Amino acid sequence: MQTLTNRSKPVNRKPMTWLEKLYVWNIAKGMAVTFIHIFKRKATISYPEQKRSFSKVFRGLHILNRDEEGRERCTACGLCAVACPAEAITMEAAERQKGEEHLYREEKYAAKYEINMLRCIFCGLCEEACPKDAIYLSQTFAPANYGRAGFIYGKENLLIPNPKEDPEGFNKARGERVMS
Amino acid sequence: MYRETAIVNESEVTGDLVINMGPQHPATHGVLHLVVHINGETIRKVEPHLGYIHRSIEKMSESLSYRQFIYVTSRMDYLSSHINNHACAMCVEKGLQVEVPPRAQYIRVIMDELTRIASHTLWWGAMAMDVGALTPFFLAFREREMINDIMEETCGARLTMNYMVPGGVMYDLHPLFQQRVKEFIKHFRSKIDEYDELVTGNIIFQNRMKGVGILTKEDAVSYGCSGPTARGSGVSCDIRKLYPYEVYDKVQFDEPLETAGDSFARYLVRLQELRQSMSILEQLIDDIPEGDIQAKTKAVLKLPKGEFYTRAETARGELGVYIVSEGGTTPYRIKYRSPGFSNLSALDHMARGGKIGDLVAMMGTLDLVIPDIDR
Ligand code: SF4
Ligand code: SF4
Repeated sequence: MQTLTNRSKPVNRKPMTWLEKLYVWNIAKGMAVTFIHIFKRKATISYPEQKRSFSKVFRGLHILNRDEEGRERCTACGLCAVACPAEAITMEAAERQKGEEHLYREEKYAAKYEINMLRCIFCGLCEEACPKDAIYLSQTFAPANYGRAGFIYGKENLLIPNPKEDPEGFNKARGERVMS
Repeated sequence: MYRETAIVNESEVTGDLVINMGPQHPATHGVLHLVVHINGETIRKVEPHLGYIHRSIEKMSESLSYRQFIYVTSRMDYLSSHINNHACAMCVEKGLQVEVPPRAQYIRVIMDELTRIASHTLWWGAMAMDVGALTPFFLAFREREMINDIMEETCGARLTMNYMVPGGVMYDLHPLFQQRVKEFIKHFRSKIDEYDELVTGNIIFQNRMKGVGILTKEDAVSYGCSGPTARGSGVSCDIRKLYPYEVYDKVQFDEPLETAGDSFARYLVRLQELRQSMSILEQLIDDIPEGDIQAKTKAVLKLPKGEFYTRAETARGELGVYIVSEGGTTPYRIKYRSPGFSNLSALDHMARGGKIGDLVAMMGTLDLVIPDIDR
């Protein structure tokens, strides 16, 4: 056989013995392999009763972060929307008024912030682009909805609970994900 | 061109029966639509109709930056998404003339081989299911799950990893990565014997596969087949051997080759490749060098004016990425040479004169992934 690289190796193909040629024997052998698996450890888990935890770098649904005092971190700079290959992020900026310092960390904030989860490919580029550590992908997944509109996540779905009012919810929403 | 076709039709010219297989047939793995002309049981002609899952990835990439377009290619051949990303990243690196740090090179190749194993095991299960054996499908998914877990720990996703960036990889390895991979290899070595026992050595299976869908060496070359499909016909075409990239020239592995060119030959080649991938992993996993995982690149990448072409060996064959750059931040034109498209083109030739019942056995060993064909 002429090969191009002379490093290739022909696959070994032995002729079969008469026992191997027997149909009944082969069926029995196959059945035996299948049967033995009844007594082995289960390879599956019973989702959704049981759930497995995800790894610390898992890229799931997005969350919008708050700082320790409960102020929104996002300044509506739009870098995440530019970085997004799927054009899933849209936002509208607004200026912070007097007396709103406890709500927003910077002078500008996102009045509207939407992520279309049907477009998103969960690449994590938005997270990498954000200078304010405001958006990151959490360890949750499996959204289900009745209509397409339900997959457009607004600020009310994305913002995590205020750490001052609901520290438990805040920690839960942040999860264990490590940001790189 | 769209053409209305009834489910069963009769050709006016030859009097052959025309049957539509797919786009929702379980054996077409997605939305492949085959229009099969048969005379009795004998296949006269197979016409693949494409376009059901065309997302115009090439055109879309023209408006995406060089960092962004890589991730869209995960959706081409979703079973070897990592290798797709790798080929694209290599092409951008070639244009930028960046040297990838050795650690990143090792990580990339290890991930490539893991992807290849995952893809081949899934193929094994799906193909056995096509010819009527259900259990292999579950066995294959069990092993593939382990790889998916390894991927999830390091890359952050299970199927569309998005782990490549131009100049390296996104994150560093998980601390337990090496241990997990070794555990997996140990586990898989015992399981692959079970695969052989259950399916390969089975006379019923062999009788279905042997002598079916014969593709000669000359035809494999003229149809542009690549990967295990061509190697089953005796064409030595492994990109990892012919044009070694990253650290493939440092590892010892064989390129499995068969001369028969039938479905069983392609099957044996793929199973042999699984073993070879494991031996590559074993050679690399212990000496991943320390160091950077990313080369320093600018925030906004600009490729110089020119044309760049790289190729990589995916689980299905040769993937070529061709970028034409006008010097801007987005490619002027991108063309992917996907292995599935060329491999599918040989199906008509293989199937003519065969029996309709064997069509699934031929198609199964081509390992078609439809998004890869349509893009
Ligand atoms: S999430 Fe981050 S990158 Fe996006 S607009 Fe807000 S601050 Fe800017
Ligand atoms: S994860 Fe990727 S696709 Fe999704 S919103 Fe962020 S940048 Fe866009």
